Amino acid sequence: MTRQACPAPSRRAVLRGTGGFALGFLLAGRVGPAVASVSPFPAPDNAAAAAADGHPEFAPNAFIRIDRTGPVRLVMPNVEMGQGIYTSEAALIAEELDLDLDQVTLEHAPPNNELYATALLGEQATGGSTSSRANWLLLRQAGAVARAMLVGAAAQKWTVDAATLSVERGVVHHAASGRSAAYGELAEAAAQQPVPTKVTLKSPKDFRLLGKPLRRLDTPQKVDGAMPFGIDIRVPGMMTACVVACPTNGGRVASVDDAAARAIPGVKDVIRLDDGVAVTGEHFWAAKSGADALRIVWDRGPNADFSTAVLFSQLEQTSRTGKPIVARQVGDLNQPGKTIEAIYQLPMLAHAPMEPLNAVVHVRPDACEIWVGTQVPVRVQNIAAKVTGLPTDKVIVHNQYLGGGFGRRLEEDSVGQAVRVAKAVDYPVKLIWTREQDIQHDIPRPAYYDHIAAIVNTDGMPVAWTDRVTGASVLRRWAPQAVRADGFDPDTTEGADEPPYDLPNLQAEWVPFEMPKGLPIGWWRGVGPTHNLFKVESFIDELAHAAGKDPVVYRRALLQKNPRVLALLDLVADKSAWDSPRPTRVGRGIALGSVFGSHVCVMVEIEVSPEREVHLRRSVAAIDCGFVINPNTVEAQIQGGLIFGWTGALYSQLTYEQGAVQQNNFNDYRMMRINETPPIEVHIVKSSADVGGIGEVGTAIAAPALGNAVFSATGIRVRKLPILAALEAA
Amino acid sequence: MITVTVNSRDHVVDVPEDMPLLWVLRDVIGLTGTKFGCGIAQCGACTVHVDGQAVRSCVLPVGSLSGHRITTVEAVGETAAGKRIQDAWLDIEVVQCGYCQSGQIMSASALLAHVPDPSDADIDAAMAGNICRCGTYVRIRQAIKQAATGQTVAMQTIANTAPPMAAGASKSTQ
Repeated sequence: MTRQACPAPSRRAVLRGTGGFALGFLLAGRVGPAVASVSPFPAPDNAAAAAADGHPEFAPNAFIRIDRTGPVRLVMPNVEMGQGIYTSEAALIAEELDLDLDQVTLEHAPPNNELYATALLGEQATGGSTSSRANWLLLRQAGAVARAMLVGAAAQKWTVDAATLSVERGVVHHAASGRSAAYGELAEAAAQQPVPTKVTLKSPKDFRLLGKPLRRLDTPQKVDGAMPFGIDIRVPGMMTACVVACPTNGGRVASVDDAAARAIPGVKDVIRLDDGVAVTGEHFWAAKSGADALRIVWDRGPNADFSTAVLFSQLEQTSRTGKPIVARQVGDLNQPGKTIEAIYQLPMLAHAPMEPLNAVVHVRPDACEIWVGTQVPVRVQNIAAKVTGLPTDKVIVHNQYLGGGFGRRLEEDSVGQAVRVAKAVDYPVKLIWTREQDIQHDIPRPAYYDHIAAIVNTDGMPVAWTDRVTGASVLRRWAPQAVRADGFDPDTTEGADEPPYDLPNLQAEWVPFEMPKGLPIGWWRGVGPTHNLFKVESFIDELAHAAGKDPVVYRRALLQKNPRVLALLDLVADKSAWDSPRPTRVGRGIALGSVFGSHVCVMVEIEVSPEREVHLRRSVAAIDCGFVINPNTVEAQIQGGLIFGWTGALYSQLTYEQGAVQQNNFNDYRMMRINETPPIEVHIVKSSADVGGIGEVGTAIAAPALGNAVFSATGIRVRKLPILAALEAA
Repeated sequence: MITVTVNSRDHVVDVPEDMPLLWVLRDVIGLTGTKFGCGIAQCGACTVHVDGQAVRSCVLPVGSLSGHRITTVEAVGETAAGKRIQDAWLDIEVVQCGYCQSGQIMSASALLAHVPDPSDADIDAAMAGNICRCGTYVRIRQAIKQAATGQTVAMQTIANTAPPMAAGASKSTQ
């Protein structure tokens, strides 16, 4: 086993230097030719990483494993949950390493913040559309370092100048002598080469992979059932578990009669937890049947009276009387003109990834082994250590492909529950949540109550702009160290505090709101911008209407100092034939935004029936996400992100009555289906700007475009989501 | 003891008659390509073929299946329609997270076997029972059309002249 020594300083120190968690902060990454100083790349020098890396001949850094024979193994710092990041990150490394994608295999990273933290998040986590932004340069450097060492090894072996060598498909060639050697043959010698402190990255004109439509590396196994997700893992001696959780968050088991459950064939054990009761069985059906047969008396706990009606009345009161924290204030708000104002309200939302939450856990006296698909491997390791009392290095986490994440798998609650069950028995347990449990025990997107106002001049253009967001902070629980010193949570106003328009006099502020204890709220695809863009872009539409102007014309006037976004607006207006005549009951809505380091504009055309059913007819999107790593994925993420956002906007609200969620499953928590989906044209603007995020942009821009289309079709302004409920009430 | 015929093989299973086929496939026979999504036939992730018809295995009691032929996603590629659908799925890059795609492919294969050249309305009717949370519907529609007509659908980002990657060309490890 040969391994490079770990160069100092450690990457942890570098991460601290970035300021940790910073949603929306864009890593300075240039597309153009660059001689890049190499970030310190730690080699895998601790026990967990060594166990995972398979002892390669050459491991120049945490991401690349080159064995004597076989494909090059790439360790993925982020997790694959549908967004295509495994293909993009593999391409970033392979590009600089002069490999093709059919020459690599991919491995899930073990939990290790030092090696695999996402710099923009300050920890090993996948979310906030940060992966490509954070790793775009880092992974290219990692590939370039490995290439330099492999080429250096060949040069030394053949006693020639490294500059005279070329590489094609992982084979180093010396043209003058006709000699060549594959990476595998050079691996052992490469490990003895000095690690370069500077490498030259390729010029974009020389890219063979980046910017081309790449086929995803995970697709073949996902069309024949071969790809294992977390829920598919089977280990010897394993039992399946189902948990009946207290319907009210914070409630407790008062008593349980498990006689009927134990009598069911295949049921193995009944395990009483604090806040629920678990049944294990030979298969899911036995465990589920056992769980259904439990007779549990609950102590419903402190949230037994919580309801959505109470929540919104408290939000409304907090908005009026609470103490705001200013996010951003520019110019002078004291301007002459007419005030236009509106209240926008957004509901709590469930994530509902298609793969129900699950984890396979084996607690042994000396170790805990976990198989799970998670966005936060280190948090999973930590919760298991906490529950079992084992040191973290005795918790082995095997991450898996995720059947959707959307923020739900940024939480480790279900894994902690699985460890509590597994700790009570001497066999491995696979805990599977039912869909009902998933909906009712989500860590939901919080509700918001926003008061937005503008002073408009005689032309109807805004001369002052105020936006007061009221809602609970996810960040204060999830990453309290990232909250500003004055308590401000930047996520609450992201997408609201710097609209792309010319608004020289602006104040955006947040009034903190506390959810009842025991009712945690969480990240939902699109995070702050998904809530804020709905309000900002709906309100801009309101102002356009009040001014008697076309929504595109009105926006165009406000974008004269922002050519990058103006170009998108013009492109969408053109490609969507915005000005063409509309049949009756047909409406068109447009919305735009600059979020996650990207810029987007979307038009959607709808028809609203006399019964107020909303039918989406067609959509046209334009995206400028800087340099495009894989256009195939950009198109897919915009289409899918829009559908995710429209689903939420049209149908979704998680409501509580007497402390319990009222929705159960896809029958009453509705999802958009293929027959409801319009054709979606995606125009990707060529750009050499910094790489932007793409996984959440479509979701964030979906609701305002649709709300504006509803207004265009019906004259009804939706200020409270979801749209179907609003239309019913109107 | 119940005998079920899955992918042309007989399996004798010792399970209750009311146990849904889904859990027999996944937890007893060990075919995990068929997925659990809702348990109430609302999402289609568990779709399999029984005698060539697409059905939701999460609500189908295994006791009712003696003498019937069950096909799962692991073997649907052995049928002409299933192979065409899988090839089109690869060519058009339908998949995102992939969890629902077993069910999508089973529904689409059954559609194509019964309606060789489906209209948009046929696609809506056959596929509306399959939820995709990633929102791959636009490409699903394109892939079904390509599988039906054999004509490559003009994609904006993928050069359709490029051959699809062979299955298994790049495997990810556990």
